[in-house]
Amino acid sequence: MAGEVLVKVEGVSKKFCRDLKTSLWYGVKDLTSELLGGRHDQANLRPKEFWAVNGINFELRRGECLGLIGRNGAGKSTMLKMLNGLIKPDTGKITIEGRVGALIELGSGFNPILTGRENIYNNGSVLGIPKKEIDQVIDEIIEFSEIEKFIDTPVAYYSSGMKVRLGFSVAVHMKPDVLILDEVLAVGDSGFKIKSFNKINEMMKNAAVIFVSHSMPNVAIISNKILLMEYGKMEHYGEDVSSGIDKYFEHFGGNDPKLEFNEFAQVEEVEVVPSQKYASLGGIPAIDYQDDLNVRIRVKVDRNIDWFHVKVQITDKDLKIVGIYDSFQFQEAIQNDQDIHDLQAVIPNCIFINGEYSVSIFIQQRDMVLKKWNLLGLYRYWTKFRVKASSTLGYVPAVVYLPGEVSKS
Amino acid sequence: MQQRVYTPHSNIRKPWLMIREMIVDIRRGNDLAKRLTIRDIKALYRQSFLGILWAFILPLANTLVWVFLNNSGIVAMGETDIPYPIYVFSGTMIWAIFMESMQAPIEKTTQNKSILAKVNFPREALVVAGIYQGLFNAGVKLIILVIALAIMGYFGGWSLLLFPLGIVSLVLGGTAIGLLLTPLGMLYTDISKAIPLVMQFLMYTTPVVYAVPKEGFSSQIVRHNPITPLIMTARDWLTGVEPEFLNGYLWMNLVIIIMLIIVFVAYRLAMPILIERMNA
Repeated sequence: MAGEVLVKVEGVSKKFCRDLKTSLWYGVKDLTSELLGGRHDQANLRPKEFWAVNGINFELRRGECLGLIGRNGAGKSTMLKMLNGLIKPDTGKITIEGRVGALIELGSGFNPILTGRENIYNNGSVLGIPKKEIDQVIDEIIEFSEIEKFIDTPVAYYSSGMKVRLGFSVAVHMKPDVLILDEVLAVGDSGFKIKSFNKINEMMKNAAVIFVSHSMPNVAIISNKILLMEYGKMEHYGEDVSSGIDKYFEHFGGNDPKLEFNEFAQVEEVEVVPSQKYASLGGIPAIDYQDDLNVRIRVKVDRNIDWFHVKVQITDKDLKIVGIYDSFQFQEAIQNDQDIHDLQAVIPNCIFINGEYSVSIFIQQRDMVLKKWNLLGLYRYWTKFRVKASSTLGYVPAVVYLPGEVSKS
Repeated sequence: MQQRVYTPHSNIRKPWLMIREMIVDIRRGNDLAKRLTIRDIKALYRQSFLGILWAFILPLANTLVWVFLNNSGIVAMGETDIPYPIYVFSGTMIWAIFMESMQAPIEKTTQNKSILAKVNFPREALVVAGIYQGLFNAGVKLIILVIALAIMGYFGGWSLLLFPLGIVSLVLGGTAIGLLLTPLGMLYTDISKAIPLVMQFLMYTTPVVYAVPKEGFSSQIVRHNPITPLIMTARDWLTGVEPEFLNGYLWMNLVIIIMLIIVFVAYRLAMPILIERMNA
């Protein structure tokens, strides 16, 4: 059973129209030609149309989980709708074997006025599963969703978490051959998330899973294949999940340098010193895993300020703060006795995972009387550096990769 | 294991495959249709104090208006074979059955837009559910009609037993027309806005509140109106009058069945295109 191809997508494209009125008119035209058996000229764009999905190819076998990632509007959901047979492709061919279970949107397919139990049967009949078969698994479904107390309450009164629990539980217990999940687990609490991931892993033995998410740690945990879409096209496809995720992060220019505040301190230069090994490389300075992170800061502080501290904040591509160094924690304040200070912050043993990071510089002063911080200058994402961990330390769903050793004691 | 293939090509090119798939889907959707019907009927009366009585109140009010107009002599309704109040009451009830069935496909499809866009299920179930609900509502009206006639002390004869057949034709006929308009109606709201207007016009060219004119231009229109035989035959059976348009009625049933099959296929083919544009 394992290993057979369940999903085959060959050169699939889909076009959408930007303008509503035009779109409706095209709809009428498409209707006519569909009914007359024509639908010519699908491979070309009409005015105001664009390719929402463009030339996608992939194959998915039983036992595989495809992480489908990409920015908002990259075409992921359109792709899923085609896979689920809701809309037709404009070019290419999709072949799907077996029963398809799809959880495309939170609570979709639930009728709010019916109870959870009634909805389970309803969902089953929507998927074409006979009542008998549902009778066999209903207890399991309710138990997995952990909403026994509310199962006879109308779904309208469910919280979003409860809906996702029930929806997920129904979808996985219908024994699908192909399971399509679109960013549905985001609402569940951590307990349910872990449980769901375990369930997906268990199901993957007998099914092919397509998983859409913006949470890269989640994608990294469960996918063994990845497809990165950008503007409808395939940008990366294959079993190398971590480099797909890396490429995904490269799309975010959200950490552009931003001068937020420089009233009392002006940073004239910030520079990360690259590791010896990469010193000759141009572009973003690179640091070897476990090297020291050496940040040079040239700063001018207002005459009226006597003492100041330096804070270095490091953000990853996801704009998540992964590390903060604050001189206040380790030393006396720096005396403002010079016109210009050439400072060097050395942060030893950089154990961040492979990737690109931004450095933000805070120059601040501690008000000892009021016990608060006064901001003197803030230069956000002012410079970047790259950590080059060896390839075996590729993307891991963590911020740092801990070094260490195991020995027999 | 079931295999599904999605391509840009219209399935109409493989009619046999399409019809086979359709039959499978209709069968699969039947269970769902029953559930949908029960759900919608429950929902219909859940937040209503008078509940099912509304099926009776509106035609009754209508009847009173027409009886008043007729008696005041403002408009002449023509000679009817049966007492006028009975004629107009049964007429408006029957017309309501037809009208509701006609609006059901667009209504059902619109109501279920979100589920259509997110869940792949036999969409035919929506239409079948519409038919079931139409039959249920018609059944309620039938009971009300029979009781009302009994209260008025009117009994036309045992042709009454054929009346349900007339109702089925009306429900199926209404569904066929409604289904025909659905694809376009899903794209442009103009359709559902225009329906009541057109229907009003249609009602006055059908012998609902007045008798079939004996002669003249209006008589030609009424006699050539394809809905006339459906309405007249149903009412004639109910009230025990010799059905004048029986031939037309039989022909209309044939037309309805053929039309229903064609529009069902069209609805199925149209759905993916509509879903795509609904979200646009």
